[in-house]
Amino acid sequence: MLKVASVSRSFGDKQVLDAVSFDVRPGRMTGFLGANGSGKTTTMRIILGVLAAHGGAVTWRGEPVTQSTRQRFGYMPEERGLYPKMKVAEQVVWLGQLHGLTLAQARANTERLLAQLELSDRAEDKLEALSLGNQQRVQVAAALVHDPDVLILDEPFSGLDPLAVDIVLAVLRERAAAGVPVLFSSHQLAVVERLCDDLVIISEGVIKASGARDELRARHGSARFELVVDSDAGWLRDHPGVRIVDLDGPRAVFDLVDGTRADRDVLRAALGRSGVRSFAPVVPTLDEIFKEVI
Amino acid sequence: MTSFATATRLIAEREVKSFLRMKGTWIGLGVILVVLFATAILPKVLDTPDKVATVGPDAARLLAGSGMEVRAVGTVEAAEKLVRDDEVRAAVIPDGRSASGVRVVALDDTPTDVVAALATAPPVDLLDRSEVDKDQQQLVIQVFAVLFLIFAMGGAAIAQSTVTEKQTRIVEILVSTVPIRALLAGKIIGHALLTLGQVAVIAVAAPIALSIGGHGELLSVVAPALGWFVPFMCLGFVLLASVWAVAGSLVSRQEDLGSSMGLVMMLVLGPYFAVAFFADNATAMTVLSYVPFSSAVAMPVRLFAGEAAIWEPLVALGVLAATVMLIVLLASRLYSGSLMQTGGKVKLAKAWAHAD
Repeated sequence: MLKVASVSRSFGDKQVLDAVSFDVRPGRMTGFLGANGSGKTTTMRIILGVLAAHGGAVTWRGEPVTQSTRQRFGYMPEERGLYPKMKVAEQVVWLGQLHGLTLAQARANTERLLAQLELSDRAEDKLEALSLGNQQRVQVAAALVHDPDVLILDEPFSGLDPLAVDIVLAVLRERAAAGVPVLFSSHQLAVVERLCDDLVIISEGVIKASGARDELRARHGSARFELVVDSDAGWLRDHPGVRIVDLDGPRAVFDLVDGTRADRDVLRAALGRSGVRSFAPVVPTLDEIFKEVI
Repeated sequence: MTSFATATRLIAEREVKSFLRMKGTWIGLGVILVVLFATAILPKVLDTPDKVATVGPDAARLLAGSGMEVRAVGTVEAAEKLVRDDEVRAAVIPDGRSASGVRVVALDDTPTDVVAALATAPPVDLLDRSEVDKDQQQLVIQVFAVLFLIFAMGGAAIAQSTVTEKQTRIVEILVSTVPIRALLAGKIIGHALLTLGQVAVIAVAAPIALSIGGHGELLSVVAPALGWFVPFMCLGFVLLASVWAVAGSLVSRQEDLGSSMGLVMMLVLGPYFAVAFFADNATAMTVLSYVPFSSAVAMPVRLFAGEAAIWEPLVALGVLAATVMLIVLLASRLYSGSLMQTGGKVKLAKAWAHAD
């Protein structure tokens, strides 16, 4: 497990991270969510040792992260960068070697990754000859070539078309399934909602929420339900323990009044009156959680 | 797990490869070679002997062995006509009143080479003869100073490649992967090899050019001093290379590189001009031969002229090596402190303070 423990950092007088703590668990995709300038990139740079922490520590498997452990990390920086004039495959192979692979291993991994990312036919082109989207896929390959123990990706999906998102996602999921902790940041809530298992929400340098996505939803969602019946659902207005949010013919959305467990009563009553088409809790979107916690 | 040495080697390899792939590298080397061959060979090709018309046996005798093309004519008028028609550079005609018995006729300026050929110089004895003559010494200074310039300017590529890495932001991946000092060491070694390679090419081409041009004797003049030049040059390169790297790390964009390269250019050009200007001043040369940067040129020249005792180059090398160590330490701190800072130009004090 990668552990970020009370990490603080300031630039000049401005404190950008204040005792930031969270875990990135093995085999899980952890979404790192926050507005622009909330401290996501700074946190990631500190994990990678590009910036020094002014307090706190980052540990991997219980040991402080050092230059040598970090060499087994895969990193995709926010500001993309590779050598523009180097050939795609050559560049990825070289980075693999720099991360400690033998030439043969690096070549094999590069070939496999470029195939997975559907870049095999561009392997011999100079990076600058590729479209921005394709350059970004190369960047993914560069972060993954050495089969990293930990993956830290800063906005890996920004700038990708939906098809490319799926391709990159498949590659990342494969790594997570192999037991690698994957931390990726995003300010696009919909993307994170679809992709992450765990969630860390940061705002102005302070962690506002962290944990499993579904758990967070359950915790931060109000007890809201949607009921669709065969006939008019107007009777629900008078049902005890219920506060109507929206009522439209046979469809009703309602909250439970605090402390009551009236949902079963409502279902029983509905079944007694007419047929029930659907009855389900309304799960809050990340958008709602996000707005609630920050 | 990549060791420091492996990381350094990989960085150096990449620098060499990408440098060799640039067109500019080969164009630059090509231009140097063309200039080298041109300066060695062209004078021989273009240098045709002066044509001189002579009247009378005295003139012909005086010019014998001068290497000039002599056309003997019968009368002064005929000789003057040849001069007017630009057929000959000058005419040498008899003149009873002149001490040498001849007079020179030319069109609009004094033909000094013809006059010199006619003059008889008295023998000269030098009481304090130096081991090498001044012309040869001047030549050795020029050769070493130019080689030093080529080496030193080669270091500018380090600044270039550092800025490229900052500008493209790959530096973030590099820094998170290998120690910053390995990055610096790899760059210096890579570019040292590249520059050595170019000098080696020139070292192979120069004798060929010189012997084609008929200047074989120059080689035997320069060769003895080269032995001392090499160790000085290698250390001098590391010294300048680390300074170049800092110059590159201080800025974030290619366009800003000029502003931080000024000081380094002075360090490169300073020794070149200082040694050229003070070549005749023994005291100044002695000082220059100990000062790092200029010692790389000045000490081999003094050794060549036989002016330095055998322990002197060793002391100068020691001073240079100590300076290299100091500068490399300072440079690697400044380099690490400024490498991750982007935006405008990083102030040296800020770079110093930011080193982690």
